[in-house]
Amino acid sequence: MAVNTKVYIENWMRGKGKKKINIKEKMALTWIYLVAVLTILALLSIVGYVLLNGVKHINLDFFMQEPKSMGRKGGIFSIIVGTIYLTLVSIAIATPIGVASAIYLTEYAKENKLVKVIRFGTETLAGIPSIIFGLFGFVFFVIFLKLRWSILSGGLTLALMILPTLIRATEEAIKTVPQSYREGSFALGATKWQTIVKVVLPSSTSGILTGLILGIGRAVGETAAVMLTAGSSLGVPKSIFDPARTMSVHLYLLASEGLSKEKTFATASVLIIFVLCINFIANMIANKYIKNTKAIS
Amino acid sequence: MKKYEKIIEAFLLICATVATLSVFLITFFIFKEGLPILKEYGIIHFVFGKTWSPTNGSYGAFPMIMGSISVTLGALIIGVPMGISCAVFLAEIAPKSIVKIFKPAIELLAGIPSVVYGFFGLAILVPLIRMHILPIIQKFNGEAYTSGYSILAGAMILAVMILPTIVNISENAIRSVPIEYKQGSLALGATQFETIIKVILPAAKSGIITSVVLGMGRAVGETMAVILVTGNMPKVPGSVLDSVSTLTGTIAMEMGYATPTHQKALFATGVILFVFIMLLNVSATWTMKRLGGE
Repeated sequence: MAVNTKVYIENWMRGKGKKKINIKEKMALTWIYLVAVLTILALLSIVGYVLLNGVKHINLDFFMQEPKSMGRKGGIFSIIVGTIYLTLVSIAIATPIGVASAIYLTEYAKENKLVKVIRFGTETLAGIPSIIFGLFGFVFFVIFLKLRWSILSGGLTLALMILPTLIRATEEAIKTVPQSYREGSFALGATKWQTIVKVVLPSSTSGILTGLILGIGRAVGETAAVMLTAGSSLGVPKSIFDPARTMSVHLYLLASEGLSKEKTFATASVLIIFVLCINFIANMIANKYIKNTKAIS
Repeated sequence: MKKYEKIIEAFLLICATVATLSVFLITFFIFKEGLPILKEYGIIHFVFGKTWSPTNGSYGAFPMIMGSISVTLGALIIGVPMGISCAVFLAEIAPKSIVKIFKPAIELLAGIPSVVYGFFGLAILVPLIRMHILPIIQKFNGEAYTSGYSILAGAMILAVMILPTIVNISENAIRSVPIEYKQGSLALGATQFETIIKVILPAAKSGIITSVVLGMGRAVGETMAVILVTGNMPKVPGSVLDSVSTLTGTIAMEMGYATPTHQKALFATGVILFVFIMLLNVSATWTMKRLGGE
């Protein structure tokens, strides 16, 4: 009997059931197929359209030259420098805090009120829209702390934005480290902190790395918050107290002011290619990591 | 040795509170900047005032509230049926090999910066609406006019942007429906489609609703894509072809050159947005828990 059910279900899954499929059924299923295809087409058309129009304008000069006449001519050198600078600053601030939070939440926290508040706060932070982060960064970092429009203000704001992603990714990674590792380390006489630094963290590096890469992706793609906190000046920034323009902000200003079609497409393509790489690397690390944990258990 | 460990634990705890503290700081500063003008102007006056004209000192946020609501509703009308259909497709219909291509593609869709979506909308959708959709509408209504920068353009772009949220969460919800439900329905002679509509979707209700609410939050909070395609006219819209400005768009556009009072008014706009998003997020968590988040 059980076998029959299984066979029936399997046949049904393959659409080879004995039942006649009526027209309504067929139409409904066709609709679902259509929508799915449409979704993929939407994705392909967005990525494809931008790349088709943009890639031909990307060359070495585009990367190495300074933008001229507001971005109408020249390249995006200072913008790349600004983007890298800002991303590094935000990662440098967010990583230690994020990893430490995750360690506390997974290794130390007991389920009390404080921890509940911390979890709720972290979740809430993830749900705040970027323009609110921008407003906050503007009034707090730029004006209240007198950091002005600078890479530091922008970096601090971005750090807050990527913090929830980092915490979550690190927590997930730490949770997959088998309990026996910790027990082994304790048995050898290591303290809790030694165990965490020498055993737990090394076995969860790839998970932390994935979170970090996703954070970089978010930092590079962010526009609204960065515009309000790091400014949009075109010069090459010399220190973290200088304002800077990132790639997304540059793309926005080019597009909204209609300065140059080809530069706009080229900048958008660089952004998309960057995001593709980020996704690819994150997936690669995640896959490797899944394989590793499977090998362990 | 014990002491040293204790210090580390305290340090880690401090780090763990950073996220929560910043939520408090953000709330505090946004309200501190925005509340005075809400009080001075009167909340009702600010929320329902129909003219937003900073140069004349009149701050009525109603046009922007309507703008945000209309663009979001439009995005939900287009995006929700698409998203749920996709989720059903992935969880119930598609063979594994297709799912393997489909899922990373959707993830990628989520990773593309919003300004790129906005640029695509500006380059493709806006002209499309002006040149191809407008003539069709004019056949029915001769007076219709649009520059292409419209609620429709914003809704279409936002619909694509909220798809990943809706598809991912709904798909998980559908996958977690116990197989016995499906078997029972099929054993009673229901077809595949009947099973999906009458058994699986109702059973996955809480997850699907959560996904829609979260998608809504994303649509309301989205800035850069909307700013590039909706035209930014602070005027209560009359049709889907009208230009609108949204709460987010107004803040981003005007912050750069605002006078002090104008800035405060923008913060007040931020307060409205903030409260709205928080309500959405809380209700999403609540539905998840309440409607049986098994």
